[in-house]
Amino acid sequence: MSTHWYIFKLGLQNTAAYRTNFFFGALFNLVPLVAAIAMWRAIFAGGKEVIAGYTLAEMLSYYLIATLVGMTTAVTEDEWQIATDIKDGGISQSLVRPIRYFGYRLCLFSANRLIYTAVALLPMAAIVAWNFRYILPPANLLSLVGFVCSLALSALLQFLLAYLTALLAFWVLEISTFSFMLLATQRLASGEMFPLDLLPSWLNHLLLLTPFPYCMFFPVSVYMGRVNAASLVQGLAMQGIWIVMLFGLARVIWHRGLRTYTAVGG
Amino acid sequence: MNSRSSSSSSSVRDQLRALGQDCVHYPGLYLSLLRNSLTRELGFKANFLLWLVVEFFWFALQLAFISVIYLHTENIGDWTKWQVVMLVGASHFIQQLFQAFLLVNCGQLAELVHSGKMDFYLLFPTNTRFMVSARHIDLGGFVSAASGLAVMIYANCQLHATPSFLRILTFGALCVAAVIIHYSVMFLMATCCFWTVRAQGLIMAYYNLFSLTRVPDAAFSGAARAIFTLFIPVLLVANVPVKALLGKMDSFVEVGLLIVMSLVCFFVSSRVWRAAIRRYSSASS
Repeated sequence: MSTHWYIFKLGLQNTAAYRTNFFFGALFNLVPLVAAIAMWRAIFAGGKEVIAGYTLAEMLSYYLIATLVGMTTAVTEDEWQIATDIKDGGISQSLVRPIRYFGYRLCLFSANRLIYTAVALLPMAAIVAWNFRYILPPANLLSLVGFVCSLALSALLQFLLAYLTALLAFWVLEISTFSFMLLATQRLASGEMFPLDLLPSWLNHLLLLTPFPYCMFFPVSVYMGRVNAASLVQGLAMQGIWIVMLFGLARVIWHRGLRTYTAVGG
Repeated sequence: MNSRSSSSSSSVRDQLRALGQDCVHYPGLYLSLLRNSLTRELGFKANFLLWLVVEFFWFALQLAFISVIYLHTENIGDWTKWQVVMLVGASHFIQQLFQAFLLVNCGQLAELVHSGKMDFYLLFPTNTRFMVSARHIDLGGFVSAASGLAVMIYANCQLHATPSFLRILTFGALCVAAVIIHYSVMFLMATCCFWTVRAQGLIMAYYNLFSLTRVPDAAFSGAARAIFTLFIPVLLVANVPVKALLGKMDSFVEVGLLIVMSLVCFFVSSRVWRAAIRRYSSASS
């Protein structure tokens, strides 16, 4: 535990050194949120009171909470760094360290998210102030507790998806294309672009069989009280199952990858 | 007096001669860069095809988003579904043109500064900004731009519109101004690496900022509209060319605004670039 704690603190120091970069990154990350808010305000101004079960306040709250989930859980640079470690022989060092590479990267990811969230809160606060009258509090105490749990599981799930993509670097020279495809799929299928309730119900149900809605749509729905107690337990269980499955897959791929791994310049 | 006038006329002559040489020199240089890019792309065929798939995927994502939104509404402001599809197509077309000619180079500027490779570009007997901005040409961008154009043509058929030749010409000219805005803003952001050294996330920041070009301007009002029109003119980039093409424009002020803003952005990015170059100290020696 102390080793992990040490790595986490190291990650904090490393990341904090680039807080200006983070601030501007966070600022530009909020631009699509501004676009979504403007668009939905214009659509509701057309006269509709409720769209796919969402009032204007609920719709805007959805986007704001989704942005908050993204801030705290999205993987930004980790997969590039992991791929670089594999390509440049950087993982050789971690093979002889008394900590598994996965745990090492997870600690750095957690530190990265903590600093990012702290830095991004300032521009986020400005947007919250701009839409203050539309923001809804958590539906009830159960929603809040469920939200926090699902948030932590969502972070782990997203990290695993990115980690798996990065492991492709054992076999391919350039993972950018795969990473961008994952990002695009996540944007649509996780509910980042719009609440998945807006989709035809057959498609929505189909997506719920994939891990993506549990990265964002599920935590936000829990916060907004759109999920009853039974569905909350079911959703948390789904998050857990996906995490276990992807973790197992990551271990298998890691060991297979190590067989092909040659430490260039190491 | 006489000697001064003769020296000034000879300096004008020298400048004209230099300009004439540039007119011959730079297209030839650009052709060499194009040939070089083609050779590079052919060396990584699978990568080239994969990037095309990624671009199509993202474009399809934007179109899917619009389709889902319009399942639940008829209009966004005064924009109908196919008008917005045309806007998304035009936005993609313009962005991909910029991507083909310039984007990848802007993204690599930080690496040049960080590694000290910038030294070589400063020593070349050409304009440094030209070399830094135009050295790689992303040929996949042209294919993706064609997909944007195809979607625009399809949307046009759905709108049963027959734009006149003049409107198409205006659209083309405004696309050039729009590409200049893309370039100037991105180059300005990339130039900041002379101060911050690291520029990770720059490309994502650019994509996030220019995602606003796909939004109908009618969705914005007040301060947000003013900021994204007069400060960072992303709302003009695709909206104005499409409105000109569809005859959706109330006045020609917006056309003038797009052209003026493209010149202003280029001017500002040039000033910052000069200041940045003065600040540069090599990293390798």
